[in-house]
Amino acid sequence: MCIGCSHCMRVCPTEAIRVSEGKAHLLENRCIDCGECYRVCPTHAITVEQDDFSQIYSFEYRIALIPSVLLGQFPDDATTEQVAQALLNLGFTSVIEVEDSVEYLIVKLNEYVRNNPNKPVISSFCPAIVRLVQVKFPSLVDNIALVRPPLDLTASYIKSTLISEGIAEDKIGIFYITPCAAKIVAIRKPEGEDKSEITGIINMDFIYNRILREVRNGIIPPGKTMFDSRLSPRSYTWGLTTGESSHIEGRCLAIDGIWNVIEFLEKVENEEVSGIDFLELRACDESCAGGILNPGNRFLAADAIRKSSGEVGMWSIDSVSPKNKDYKRRVGNQSGLQPLSPRSMLKLDEDMARAMLKMKRVNRLMCYLPGIDCGVCGTPSCLSLAEDIVQGNGSVSQCVFLQKIMEQSKLDPSHSFRIMKKVWGENRFKKDCDKPIRNK
Amino acid sequence: MHFEYRVQGGDFVRAGQASSQVKKILKQLNVAPQIIKRVVVALYEGEVNIVAHAFQGKIYIDIETDKIRVILDDVGPGIPDIEMAMRPGFSTASPIVREMGFGAGMGLPNIKENTDRMKISSVVGVGTRLEFVVNLKE
Repeated sequence: MCIGCSHCMRVCPTEAIRVSEGKAHLLENRCIDCGECYRVCPTHAITVEQDDFSQIYSFEYRIALIPSVLLGQFPDDATTEQVAQALLNLGFTSVIEVEDSVEYLIVKLNEYVRNNPNKPVISSFCPAIVRLVQVKFPSLVDNIALVRPPLDLTASYIKSTLISEGIAEDKIGIFYITPCAAKIVAIRKPEGEDKSEITGIINMDFIYNRILREVRNGIIPPGKTMFDSRLSPRSYTWGLTTGESSHIEGRCLAIDGIWNVIEFLEKVENEEVSGIDFLELRACDESCAGGILNPGNRFLAADAIRKSSGEVGMWSIDSVSPKNKDYKRRVGNQSGLQPLSPRSMLKLDEDMARAMLKMKRVNRLMCYLPGIDCGVCGTPSCLSLAEDIVQGNGSVSQCVFLQKIMEQSKLDPSHSFRIMKKVWGENRFKKDCDKPIRNK
Repeated sequence: MHFEYRVQGGDFVRAGQASSQVKKILKQLNVAPQIIKRVVVALYEGEVNIVAHAFQGKIYIDIETDKIRVILDDVGPGIPDIEMAMRPGFSTASPIVREMGFGAGMGLPNIKENTDRMKISSVVGVGTRLEFVVNLKE
C-alpha cells in the first residue's frame, strides 16, 4: 500500500512521479521503466506485473528462457545444471539461456556499428535506456542500434527451430525469467517490433525461492540433467557491464547506472565528445546483475557470473560456426528493429508560440518559488511545480513557502492546512510511530 | 524570448553550460531534434572559442517562433585575418589549449556549416563579435 512517502518521487530520473491525495501517481508518458522507484519503496507498494505461473501448462512445449544473471543469484554450491533441473522439476519442458544468440548478435552488431554513420551507436540491449533516449534525448534516437536484443533473437530462433521440427506454434510457450521491470514492458509494448515472441514473464524474485527449495531438497543429483550449457564465456557475461563493449570493434565505452548514463548522453547530445563508435549503456548499476528483481547482491552476482563464465562453452568463436550459420538461416532476416521514434517529454506545447508563452510563465513563477526543491508541494522540484502549474496540473498554493507569504495577507491558516492535506492525505498529519523510515 | 549567459576565458570546466541551457529550452519549445543539434553544435563551438581565445564574453540569445539569433561578444585579442580563420584546420590556439583537446581549427567552419546565417566582426586588441541565425522551422 502506498503511504505517499514520496521517496519514489525524489529518485525518479525523468520526474515522472507526483504525490497527491496522499498517494504517488505516475505520469506514464514520462516513465522509462527503469525501476528506481521500486528500489526505494519502503512498503513494496510498487509491484511488477507478471504472468500467472500456472499458465505455462496451457502449452505442451514450455520453455524457460533464463538470463545468466539468474545463475549468479544462487549460493556457490548450487550448480547451473541443478538450477536448470529445478526449473524442469517445476514444470518447464526445456531450459534455454537468453544469451544463446549472443555469438550471432556480435556479428550483426559489429556489422551495424561499421556501417552506421550515426556515431556513437547506442546499444539497444537495455530497454530502459531505449526509452530514456526517446523521452529525454530525442535527437539521439537515430543513434540507437536497430538490432534486436539477445532475448528476442533467441526466442525467435527457438520458435523457428521447434516449428521446423513439426511442432504447431500454438503449442509453444516461451517464458522469460526476468531480473528487470523494463524487459517486461519491452515484451508487452515492444519498441521497434510489432510483437514479442515471448509468451509470458516470470519474475525472478518469484521463482528464486522455488528453485532454491528444489536444489536444497537434494532431489537433484548433480551432473544428471538434460541441461547442457553451451554458451561461450563472452555470451555468458553479455548482461554484465562491459559485456557488450568488449566485443565491438572500435572505441567503445560501457556506462552503467541511470544517472551516469544521463550525464554522458548530455555530452553526446552537445557533441562534446567525439570519436566514440559504440556505447553500451545500462540503467542499473552493475547492469543486469543489479536488476531490481534480483534477490541477491549485485556485486556478488556479477562476480559469480564472471567466475563461472570461465567454465562454460568450448566452441570456437567465429561468424561461420555451425551455430551462427543456423542462426543466420533461421532469424537472419529478423535481426533488425524497425526505426524508433522520439517521444519527447520535455516539450511544453506542440505549438511553439504557445510553448514560448508557457515558458515565460514558468520563468516568472520561478522568480517566486524558493528553489530548494523540498518536494512538499508533491512534485520533485520547484521547476516541476512551475511546469505543472503552467500545464494546468498544479497551483501556486501547493508551495509551502508561498503559503506562508499568503497567510500574511489573505490566506486563512485552516485553508492552507486543507491544501497540505490534499497533497499528503489525512494520515500524514496523524501521529504514527510505525512509519517506515528510509535508511540512507 | 531573450537569454544571456556569461563566459569566462580559460575556464574549460564550464565551457558548454550555455549550450546545455539553450538545448533544454529548445527541447521545451518543441523544436525539431535535428535543428536543436545544429544550434547546440554551433553554440558550443562559439562558447569554446571564447574560452580558448578571449578573456571574457557574453552570449545573447533571442528566440522567436521561426528563428534563433545568437550573438557571442568577447573581450579579447580579436581576429587579424577573418578569412584565414574561416579556413578548416587553421588555428591560433595555444599549445596548452590544444593539449586539452581543443583548437583543431574546425570551430568557425563548423559554425558556418550548422547555421543559416553567420557574421563575424573583430577589432584586433579589442574583441570579436560572432553572430549567427538558425531557422527553427524546416
